[in-house]
Amino acid sequence: MERKTKIHAVEGKQELTVTREFELPLELLFKAYTDPGIVEQWMGTKVLKLENQKHGAWQFVTTDPFGNTHGFHGVIHEFTPGKRIVRTFEMENTGFEPQLEFLDFESLTDNSSKISIHMVYRSVELRDQMLKLPFAQGVNMAHNRLEEIVSKLKTSI
Amino acid sequence: MRLRRDVFQAIADPTRRAILLLVASQGMTAGAIASNFDSARPTVSKHLQILTECELLEQHQNGREIYYRLNPGKMKAIADFIEPFRNMWDDRFNKLESIMKDYKNT
Repeated sequence: MERKTKIHAVEGKQELTVTREFELPLELLFKAYTDPGIVEQWMGTKVLKLENQKHGAWQFVTTDPFGNTHGFHGVIHEFTPGKRIVRTFEMENTGFEPQLEFLDFESLTDNSSKISIHMVYRSVELRDQMLKLPFAQGVNMAHNRLEEIVSKLKTSI
Repeated sequence: MRLRRDVFQAIADPTRRAILLLVASQGMTAGAIASNFDSARPTVSKHLQILTECELLEQHQNGREIYYRLNPGKMKAIADFIEPFRNMWDDRFNKLESIMKDYKNT
């Protein structure tokens, strides 16, 4: 299956860009980012706070398959409906420093639209670490035996 | 493409995947890593050796201790690392798209 999402990450730079085109009108794409109930569905998270305005804050909490909760939060620096969201993003209790995100929304046709997310990190190392997180975690999920291993890890601690 | 094959061989083993998971966010000594497994210490050492040989892990000397961590300089392999990152986003966006298509039709 062809992947529609593109990642642009230049070696040695502390930033990356995620772009994706959707078969959705711009209005609906933007709504998916701003309606708490819809965010909860596609992000698989619980939305504790989502203030869609400049100076607003957002806070999500997710529960992983092992019942551990992970908090995420940030503040919103710019909120231009149908066009742009600038916000910070921090994963709580991970030791990872916050990142800055520029989300640009664009209409392509009446029924298609595009998002471009530019993420800026404190260092090249942090960016590379973030790129590798799904590798370290996701690789496992692709294999059925992960759960078995992790539960073994937990019981042996 | 020897590197590529080696990387995938290395991650084909569940214990080695669990080791990568452990050191993803912080460097750890061989002892600290081994303490997370029921396997005998030499077995874990063997896994560390394989992961280090294919350069997924790098060793980092800190005083008398050797720490293992994910190799951040492995740029030749970064495409392999980016792929799961991309897939994560793609899965997420696919979900967004299908939810909003349903939303549109209701």
